Amino acid sequence: MMKAITSLMSRPSIKGMLRNLGVVVLVLLSLALSGCNYSEGILAPKGQIAFAEHRLILFSIGLMLIVVIPTIFMALWFGWRYREKNNAHYAPEWKHSTLLEVVWWSIPCIIILILGTVTWKTTHSLDPFKPLDSKEKPVVVEVISLDWKWLFIYPEYKIATVNYLRIPTGRPINFKITAAAPMNSFVIPQLGGQIYAMTGMTTQLHLITDIPGSYRGFGANYTGIGFAGMQFVVDATSPEDFANWIKTTQKIPDKLNADVFWNRLVPQSTNDPVRYFGRVTPGLFDDIIMSYMMPGMRDNVAPNENTIMNQSNH
Amino acid sequence: MSATPVMNDHHHTHHFDGSKNVFGFWIYIMTDCILFATLFVVYAVLHTHTYGGPHGKELFSLPFVLTETMILLTSSFTYGLAMLSRTIGNKNIVIGWLWLTFFLGVSFLSMEIYEFHNMVVEGHTWATSAFLSAFFTLVSTHGLHVSMGLIWMLTMIFQINKHGITPVTKTKLTCLGLFWHFLDIVWIFVFSVVYLMGAI
Amino acid sequence: MLETFIGKLSNPHEVFPYLYEPLSQQLIILSMFVFIVIGGIVVVGGLTYFKKWGYLWHEWIISVDHKRIAVMYFVVAFVMLFRGFVDAAMMRTQQALASGDSTGYLIPQHFDQIFTAHGVIMIFFVAMPLMFALFNIAVPLQIGARDVAFPFLNSLSFWLFVTGVILVNMSLLIGDFAHAGWLAYPPFSELEYSPTVGTDYYIWGLQISGLGSLLSGINFFVTIIKMRCPGMTLMKMPIFTWTVLCSCVLIMAAFPVLTVDLALLALDRYMDMHFFTTGFGGDQMLYVNLIWMWGHPEVYILVLPAFGVYSEIVATFSKKPLFGYTTMVWATVAITILSFLVWLHHFFTMGSGADVNAFFGIMTMIISIPTGVKLFNWIFTMYRGRITFTSPMYWMMGFFVTFTIGGMTGVMLSVPGIDFQAHNSTFLIAHFHNVIIGGVVFGYFAGFTYWFPKMFGFTLNERLGKCAFWCWIIGFFVAFMPLYILGAMGMTRRLYHYDASTGFQPYLIVAAIGASIIALGVFFQVLQLVVSIKNREKYRDLTGDPWNGRTLEWATSSPPAFYNFAHDPEVNCIDAFWYDKQKGLDVDNKPKIRTEPYQDIHMPRDTAMGFIISIFVLILGFAMVWHIWWLAIVGVVCTIGSLIIRAFNYDIDYYVKASTVEAIETQHLQEMAGVKR
Repeated sequence: MMKAITSLMSRPSIKGMLRNLGVVVLVLLSLALSGCNYSEGILAPKGQIAFAEHRLILFSIGLMLIVVIPTIFMALWFGWRYREKNNAHYAPEWKHSTLLEVVWWSIPCIIILILGTVTWKTTHSLDPFKPLDSKEKPVVVEVISLDWKWLFIYPEYKIATVNYLRIPTGRPINFKITAAAPMNSFVIPQLGGQIYAMTGMTTQLHLITDIPGSYRGFGANYTGIGFAGMQFVVDATSPEDFANWIKTTQKIPDKLNADVFWNRLVPQSTNDPVRYFGRVTPGLFDDIIMSYMMPGMRDNVAPNENTIMNQSNH
Repeated sequence: MSATPVMNDHHHTHHFDGSKNVFGFWIYIMTDCILFATLFVVYAVLHTHTYGGPHGKELFSLPFVLTETMILLTSSFTYGLAMLSRTIGNKNIVIGWLWLTFFLGVSFLSMEIYEFHNMVVEGHTWATSAFLSAFFTLVSTHGLHVSMGLIWMLTMIFQINKHGITPVTKTKLTCLGLFWHFLDIVWIFVFSVVYLMGAI
Repeated sequence: MLETFIGKLSNPHEVFPYLYEPLSQQLIILSMFVFIVIGGIVVVGGLTYFKKWGYLWHEWIISVDHKRIAVMYFVVAFVMLFRGFVDAAMMRTQQALASGDSTGYLIPQHFDQIFTAHGVIMIFFVAMPLMFALFNIAVPLQIGARDVAFPFLNSLSFWLFVTGVILVNMSLLIGDFAHAGWLAYPPFSELEYSPTVGTDYYIWGLQISGLGSLLSGINFFVTIIKMRCPGMTLMKMPIFTWTVLCSCVLIMAAFPVLTVDLALLALDRYMDMHFFTTGFGGDQMLYVNLIWMWGHPEVYILVLPAFGVYSEIVATFSKKPLFGYTTMVWATVAITILSFLVWLHHFFTMGSGADVNAFFGIMTMIISIPTGVKLFNWIFTMYRGRITFTSPMYWMMGFFVTFTIGGMTGVMLSVPGIDFQAHNSTFLIAHFHNVIIGGVVFGYFAGFTYWFPKMFGFTLNERLGKCAFWCWIIGFFVAFMPLYILGAMGMTRRLYHYDASTGFQPYLIVAAIGASIIALGVFFQVLQLVVSIKNREKYRDLTGDPWNGRTLEWATSSPPAFYNFAHDPEVNCIDAFWYDKQKGLDVDNKPKIRTEPYQDIHMPRDTAMGFIISIFVLILGFAMVWHIWWLAIVGVVCTIGSLIIRAFNYDIDYYVKASTVEAIETQHLQEMAGVKR
């Protein structure tokens, strides 16, 4: 096929130049591809949802290639075959064929019918709001997107972390997500898809993994200069390790209450280090959401003495 | 009087294609319609978002708005009379009806400004809540259109005075008529959706 | 006191933000300054030296001739393409460098403005004007009209668009540009998070040029409906005109929504309203819904005319009628309608629920059916044709490959389950560049090459055109295929810096190499223009029909006389011009020269009003951006005043005397005869 394209070139000098260019490109591409392993993102799924999404991607590519490959091939082949110099059969008035048109209305229709059915099913089964079926008790994690860091609250354990997430394997994780900053999107690609984090609203995400490991999580929706640093590590560990980690964290003296939240965490800062809070005011998450929906919700928060933008090292 | 050089030459009469202008203006009104539709959607979404502030019920006075509505509807009627008297060919009658329409329009606008003024004085401004932002924006966008219509009407009065009733001024009157009646229809929606439904 | 008089211009932090930035950034800004100043001096000096100001004013600025306006659209669009491309190159370089300990050569404030400017400029100030340029050059000629329905409005549209261009580019010199992404999602674009004038430049630049686009949409819609030549029923219209008609319907239906959405954002910022703010009941997702109710149709506004160009090109160069004309028309109409039912697929991740997501996902896939049918029709137009591989045809072949792949990834993204992974990732970036470059840009380049001889009377150098094509297509794949992989690896868009452990860097280096190959393509395009203009006598086309075309625009001279056709054309079928030629009415591939006497031709007068009004609108926009309220009032009053003055002007048209027409036509015939001998 490539030969077909290149031979369309009339000038041998350009042809030669292009061939060289093509070789250079191929070498560069293969270098790039061999230099990396696909240990990132949806290419290396590690959670139940991500596995399903991975399968869905492969399925849809496969299904569409059935029509995409012949289409590209036909376009190039006809172009080659009916080029002026070839003197192939010329039918200057052939411009309609009901049979052919019926054929190529039906082909995409069939493909879309199949893909549409799959879409309907998977959209429901992979809906981020849908709780996962599991015998184990879910872990609830409240996620708050801030400028420019992530705050995670574990309401059952009354602890909180900044830019770090620890989850047990084998138990569903129910994320409740909101923001106290511009809209962001919460995602851990190897475990599953993303969902927006918005002020005054709660979105949900349900994930589960059986594979211990460290996964990358981040904000996917651009929110400003510190956005690139909104990264966090997700450690999936055995339930025992998780329980130990909870106990250790609970011993940390730092407390997270409304004052700390509004005065220390909400002001903008970039590339924040991981932080832990051993105690969290109950209901803080709901109060934060409500404070965007009703007046007077922040009245009893101590005034912030540090109003200047708290820009840490950049 | 030579209104347009084009019109004087009988041979070329078919070239003045007023239908093109009217059709074009009609299309423009359709786009304006979408603009208002969008604002209505915004209002529909936000009318419950009062953020602890007042609802429409506490703010709107139906008799007042009904009077406003009647004035605007009457102005549409008088504009219709202006259009009818066009055919008689007496430009002074047309101009008379246009002046009447103009003053009705000004009255409508004054009442609207008075209503806004009262609300702002009571402390219910567009900055109070998303609901009031949407309310003020929707209603004043209509008001802005009415103001533009009024400016246009003034220029039409002067144009007819200067050029008389010619195919060109006739076409322009038709376009302004489309605009004026369109604003009436939009107002009926504003009245029903914002005031009537808000007061219930 | 000073602030009431000059608004925000009294604050040096706002006016010259770069004075407070690191030296490295100031050097970048300085080199840009030098470039702009030198460029400005060259242009102004050249015009003065060659005494061309009068020519520029009389022949171009005040012209209402659609062919002149087309050329001006092309010029501005290509200048903006250059700027948008420089933005792209800067982004690619930054991302190729900023791995791990290195933070690249840009500061995030600049990187953020650059990607915002890139998106805004490429869509609003490159793609849109290229599209309107093609509308202007082709549509009136294709339907056998003398001009558009409202020539003054056409000139006004163009100058309003230029006003938008000036406002957006002014941000390079004073103040900053928006940093909130090309669609300025609130609440990030609200005052709370974007207090500088950047977002205001964005709002006013788009609002003003958007108004121009809306007026153009109405104008061309009326032109096509009302001004077709005798015999040209809707189903005998050239297919490009059909796609323009559908595109205009989309413009008319979609642009008011953009106007409202941006106006509401402006009200939030200027009047302390609360449409999209956090708190006070604002609803940020309302903005996102509205912007995509415009934004998705916008994609089809751009691509439908490109489809039209491909349809013309494939038929012309295959020397066959377009296969399945009726199907093509209905497929276009179907796409037009469906494009309004898919906007939510841009934010499945909002959490609207499975039923809503599935509905919009499936609607999106359904659009691929008529689009796929179009592809097959083009392919079968080539079947049993006799294809001349000119450079427009090269772009077409490139389109087949690129667009099909882009369409495939598009359908993937329409599956919500996949979109949850790919949304906001570079996979998405790769996808829409795949369809916009492969579909829209290639189409417009093809159209530019195809209609260039119609505009200027000589063809473009084919060899350099083909070189440009090869660089573009190879560069495109090298630049964007890595982004697909990166997206799947979990690379987010708009990332100023990333951790070395992610393994992104090698791919981004390849992507940067791809961008430089595209740069080579751009270089070839410039070279092509220079070489062709220099050798224009060699490439001269006096027949007016260099490609052996099928539609009416090729039935007149190149460039056509300002009245387009000496005699009103008449058609009785699709491709009537082609069949006239086939009937052998004239040995020179020309239809028989009509011998009936010439008649007076009714034409619009040129007017400076479009230009003048736009200057006032520019003053208004500038004053609003900088909060200079008195100047804004001056701008509004002058704008309305000039509209009123225009309304009182009844001397807006005139007659070209038959004798003048005869003189022009005779001269043209003599030129042609001279060549024959």
